[in-house]
Amino acid sequence: MAENFEITEEMQSQVGWTSQPWEYEITRTSVRAFARGVGYTDLVYYDVDEAKKAGYRDLPAPPTYLGTPIFIPGKSDEFLPFPPDAAPTIEHGLAGLLDGGTETEYFDTICAGDTLTCVNSLAGLFTKETKALGTMLIIALEATYTNQDGKVVAKQRSQVIHY
Amino acid sequence: MSVTWESIKEGDTLPELKKKPGVSQLVKYAAGSGDFNPLHHDYNFFQSQAIGSIIVHGRFKYATLGECVSNWLGHNGRIKKISCQYRGMDFPDKEITCKGTVERKWEEGGEKLAELSVWTETEEGKNNTPGVVVVAF
Repeated sequence: MAENFEITEEMQSQVGWTSQPWEYEITRTSVRAFARGVGYTDLVYYDVDEAKKAGYRDLPAPPTYLGTPIFIPGKSDEFLPFPPDAAPTIEHGLAGLLDGGTETEYFDTICAGDTLTCVNSLAGLFTKETKALGTMLIIALEATYTNQDGKVVAKQRSQVIHY
Repeated sequence: MSVTWESIKEGDTLPELKKKPGVSQLVKYAAGSGDFNPLHHDYNFFQSQAIGSIIVHGRFKYATLGECVSNWLGHNGRIKKISCQYRGMDFPDKEITCKGTVERKWEEGGEKLAELSVWTETEEGKNNTPGVVVVAF
């Protein structure tokens, strides 16, 4: 928790930073695991025949699935859905981490069998004064997901809070 | 029974979706989403100790809002945009109710669209996760 946290020029200079691309395979197993984690009982997210009856190519990725990482030890972040070289390093020295909000914009349906390439970017840095947690740093990220046919299928904007 | 763009009107409410995630459900969500932040399963983690409990993933609530809308749509439409803000903490074994209302419907670029307000409520009726969803039929 910080009383007098400030965004330095060095931090600010990283806004606009863009990551190397990172591949996310959407698989039947990953779709089922996400659906189970949320608690879906809708068989469209588990059973390929049901998915096809509902008009999908394969099991559809449930709403808000994006952000589910492909984890590779030594390359991926332990908590956030990005590899260390796909998120900017901001030396803020704040220990607490919270999620501020998420917006996902979809341009097409995403199904098991798709391979998405994600490029993450640092959209902005902000501070917010709070009574409970002191001065918070808000990191605004925008990730763009492009499918195997070169089509941008989704953008996800998120706010990561450090305090 | 799926909804259609023609059948909905502004002010309609979505069927509520109630969740009461215990630690096991949060562990399943951690596995499914890959979010293993210890704040969502480890009571000994420094942040859990400071708060006095583990807390429900914000993104679990985001996902349940998605489930609430998905159940209502019955695959008769597609989510174009879904967003929410995480305004308050939710704790294990407490009921979370997902709610939604149709705010407006319109046609644009040949698409039949509707905008929904969605949110989660605590057992005390506090709106912890306000969000907006745009669907195309």
